[in-house]
Amino acid sequence: MPTWFYPVLEGVIAFFLVAGGIFAFIGSLGLTHLKDFYMRLHGPSKTTTLGVGCVLMASMIYFRATTGHFSFQEMLITIFLFITAPATAHLLSKAALHQKLVADIRTRNVPDQLETASEPDEANAQQTESRLP
Amino acid sequence: MLDIALWISIALFAASLMLNVFRLAIGPDLPDRILAVDTMYVNSIALIVLFGIQLNSKAYFEAALLIAMLGFVSTVAVCKYLLRGDIIE
Repeated sequence: MPTWFYPVLEGVIAFFLVAGGIFAFIGSLGLTHLKDFYMRLHGPSKTTTLGVGCVLMASMIYFRATTGHFSFQEMLITIFLFITAPATAHLLSKAALHQKLVADIRTRNVPDQLETASEPDEANAQQTESRLP
Repeated sequence: MLDIALWISIALFAASLMLNVFRLAIGPDLPDRILAVDTMYVNSIALIVLFGIQLNSKAYFEAALLIAMLGFVSTVAVCKYLLRGDIIE
């Protein structure tokens, strides 16, 4: 590799590191500040995966530049996280629907037929009716 | 430049870990706490990778891979317990 290329590579690694940190921080901020569980699920399940992906990409470029050969472990972690994050979010949302967690007024597409089918209750049906915009 | 970016990234990940601990403490329901723990292990994977970059050694990636696999399995187990009341039927 030519010597002028190293500062460019360092800039790319620094960009990926800071971008990953900012992504993960925004995801955890959403986990802390949003109103109900169905909103809170969005923040970490999308943003944190992207943040860790950015950090692993920076690590891959760094060790490729310093040691000279490609390391496969970061790729393995990235693939594993990208596969497992949607499965985890899906299972968590199923568990939340099973526990009938209270949704905020601004949460749209509340599955009312699912709630009324499992519990045919007039008060519950009216609550879900009034919850819809 | 790389040192400063590394420290900024470590500080941001530590701050997000503190926010996850806050949600784990105040979380009103059980899925909130499970989501907080899930986010915590993903953030800890990133912290371990950053630690490996700072020490310039590749010995820590096996730990990160192990945390990723066991964290996924434990989250799925707790979710199945909430859904079914039993893990292995």
